Amino acid sequence: MRSSSSPASEFAFQPPRPGEQLIYFEHLTKAFGAKHVYDDMDLDVRAGETLVVMGGSGTGKSVLLKCLIGLLSPDTGRILFQGHDLTRFTEEQFMPVRRHVAMVFQGAALFDSLNVGENVAYPLREHFPDMPADEVRARVAEKLALVDLPGTERLMPSDLSGGMRKRVGLARAIATEPEVILWDEPTTGLDPVTTQSINVLINSMKTRLGCTSIVVTHDMVSAFTVGDRIAMLANRRIVQVGNPREMLHSTVPEVRAFLDARRVELFPGGAP
Amino acid sequence: MTTRQPEVDAAAASGPPSLMDRAKERLESLGALSRMTGQVFSRAVRPPYDWRGLVYHTESLGVRSLPIALLTAMFAGLVISLQFGYFLSRFGVQYTVGRVVILTLFRELAPVLTALTVGARIGSGIAAELGAMTVTEQVDAIRALGADPLRKLVVPRVLACLIVMPVLTVFADVVGLVAGGLVVNFQYAITLNLFFQGALDAVLMPDFASGVFKGAVFGLIIGLVGCFRGLTVEGGTEGVGRATTQTVATTSVSVCLADFFITQLTLNL
Repeated sequence: MRSSSSPASEFAFQPPRPGEQLIYFEHLTKAFGAKHVYDDMDLDVRAGETLVVMGGSGTGKSVLLKCLIGLLSPDTGRILFQGHDLTRFTEEQFMPVRRHVAMVFQGAALFDSLNVGENVAYPLREHFPDMPADEVRARVAEKLALVDLPGTERLMPSDLSGGMRKRVGLARAIATEPEVILWDEPTTGLDPVTTQSINVLINSMKTRLGCTSIVVTHDMVSAFTVGDRIAMLANRRIVQVGNPREMLHSTVPEVRAFLDARRVELFPGGAP
Repeated sequence: MTTRQPEVDAAAASGPPSLMDRAKERLESLGALSRMTGQVFSRAVRPPYDWRGLVYHTESLGVRSLPIALLTAMFAGLVISLQFGYFLSRFGVQYTVGRVVILTLFRELAPVLTALTVGARIGSGIAAELGAMTVTEQVDAIRALGADPLRKLVVPRVLACLIVMPVLTVFADVVGLVAGGLVVNFQYAITLNLFFQGALDAVLMPDFASGVFKGAVFGLIIGLVGCFRGLTVEGGTEGVGRATTQTVATTSVSVCLADFFITQLTLNL
């Protein structure tokens, strides 16, 4: 754990060694009015891994991602990103961070008024205003091909299915070639086949781009498919972190309850 | 800019708000709106300028509002000309109707009626559009992708309102006056020459300018309130509906209040 933090103005991403601590949520507390979401919550994320944050609805899984990317602020505690305390960053200071940390939103959050190509080009125009138009077009085509949607630049978001929207959302997120991808419920509302293709995409981001991923989900199949480590969020804190095998054999009551509930859901008459 | 509360419904955790809570909430809203106004102005004067966005919104808000603005102005001109013609004829001074109509239109009716009719359309449209973007996380996405929602969404819309409303007010002045001249010519046999000569003799530049100034202030109010309500939507699609209704109510009351104070100010100048 890094004990010191640097001033925001000095922020510059340093390529991490695989496995070293990249992000650390330290003693995080967050409440919305009377509703407490986190109470002294700790969690670390290592470079190159896919960390799945699992938990029930309303436990604050998405809040964690939004705090990391600066869309929400924790009440107390620190979020250390390569030693920089993000909780002290202003909106302007967050801009370079958002070039390295991208988010894939639950509903994709594509801009309705822009076509697919313009959506994917959006972060490039913001972060690299001097990038030539040809290079932007080439980068857009490359990222759309990477998510198996080549040649869809001229389609409008309203023409796309749920799975395609998520893919375009991913292409937009990886346009700036970020080192960290935050996935907010990537498989919610998708059919099993599309869910599996999204899981394959999450894994391919790690193998092909070497990205660190934080995946927030309550889909256990997805969690165990993509996760190098799984963290269980319950009762306002992380109750257990471990690899999929450790989690599957967990004796922590909150984890057990989650796993057993899913088993009952899949096999109402008893597990085969 | 305020942020929404994803996943967690804090309001559900507490009971119905008391009168004190509501007053506090209103004051907080007013404070947030004032803060946003300052942020919008500071961004509007600093480059980069979004000329394309400004032209697009000026066209979409202004040109498409022209029919309703002109129709309202035409009927306002017709009605006040008939009314004034009728009452002035009782005193045998119906030939002065042009003077009264132009002052009423230029100083008061054209800017206020345009703001109330067009403003409701523009303000609620902005609130609905930005509200829908807020609930579908598009506003969050703009921030996450390294852009500033105030600069991208609010500044061009507010500036477009600031440009569009005075222009629509001038159009309303002209259409209302022409409609008034035609109806008194038909109804009271006052020649168009007499009507317009009297009107132009009576009106001074400050009368015209005060109406245009009111239009600009009303435009600013409509743009800011619409954007603020849209960006602070909570509660999904139901919240978007609530925001549009609140925008119409807030802009209408604010326009009437601002009209009173601007009238006081311009009459004393």
